[in-house]
Amino acid sequence: MKSMMTPAKRTNRLGSAKSGTHHFIAQRVSAVALAIALPLFVLALAFSGAPDPDAARGFFGSAWGALLTLITLTAALYHMRLGLQVVVEDYIHGAGLKFTLLIGNTLIAYGLWLAGVYALFRLALAA
Amino acid sequence: MASGNTDTRPLSPHLQVWRWHPTMLSSILHRVSGIGNYLGAIALTVWLVLLATGAEGAVEILTTGSLAWLTRIGLILLTWSASYHFLNGLRHLIWDAGKGFDPKGSNQRSVIIIALSIVLPAVIWFFALTGGAS
Repeated sequence: MKSMMTPAKRTNRLGSAKSGTHHFIAQRVSAVALAIALPLFVLALAFSGAPDPDAARGFFGSAWGALLTLITLTAALYHMRLGLQVVVEDYIHGAGLKFTLLIGNTLIAYGLWLAGVYALFRLALAA
Repeated sequence: MASGNTDTRPLSPHLQVWRWHPTMLSSILHRVSGIGNYLGAIALTVWLVLLATGAEGAVEILTTGSLAWLTRIGLILLTWSASYHFLNGLRHLIWDAGKGFDPKGSNQRSVIIIALSIVLPAVIWFFALTGGAS
């Protein structure tokens, strides 16, 4: 049977959210940040004596270690939130699961960022 | 895509009837490694918080205890997913600049990137396990 819905009703609220360009650019800007910061962070951490706890605390508590970690952490969490959002939107079509994952993705990214910044503050003050 | 779709236009060929080629594999791996990096970032941030609160002993079983091998496998996998996503991500940025779209060259670069993504972690772990870094 032919649908009774009008074309306008079918597309209602399913159109562009007008924020796609920002998402696209933000994904790339954070990618450029990571392309620079991640190799420096990995090298610095590798030569810090980590994963030994006291050596790692010393690295994260140092000015340069904290700054490099903060930059890498921020770019990585921002980038991965945008990326996983696209994956969920592409593959999950049930409204309930989709919105649960999208909101969970946002809460995990922001929660981890706050927790990481708090941890770096504590280590900086303890150093 | 949306339920109740009355659109009768043809769909693009589905994954199951599509002939596999290198750029297809590298596209899928980019998403898979991205999700791997997501999980790795969660684990590393939790580790940072535990260090800051002096509670790293809570996961001792995963670091120096009987499950340390599991953590090592996880870190090796993370080194691969980060390496792959990094290398292929650089290619995405070059694509965004409008370069590197020729099919033959794209396939070749996919194979090179996949190979490098295995070589890079192998080199990193060679130095890590032979004490080259610390």
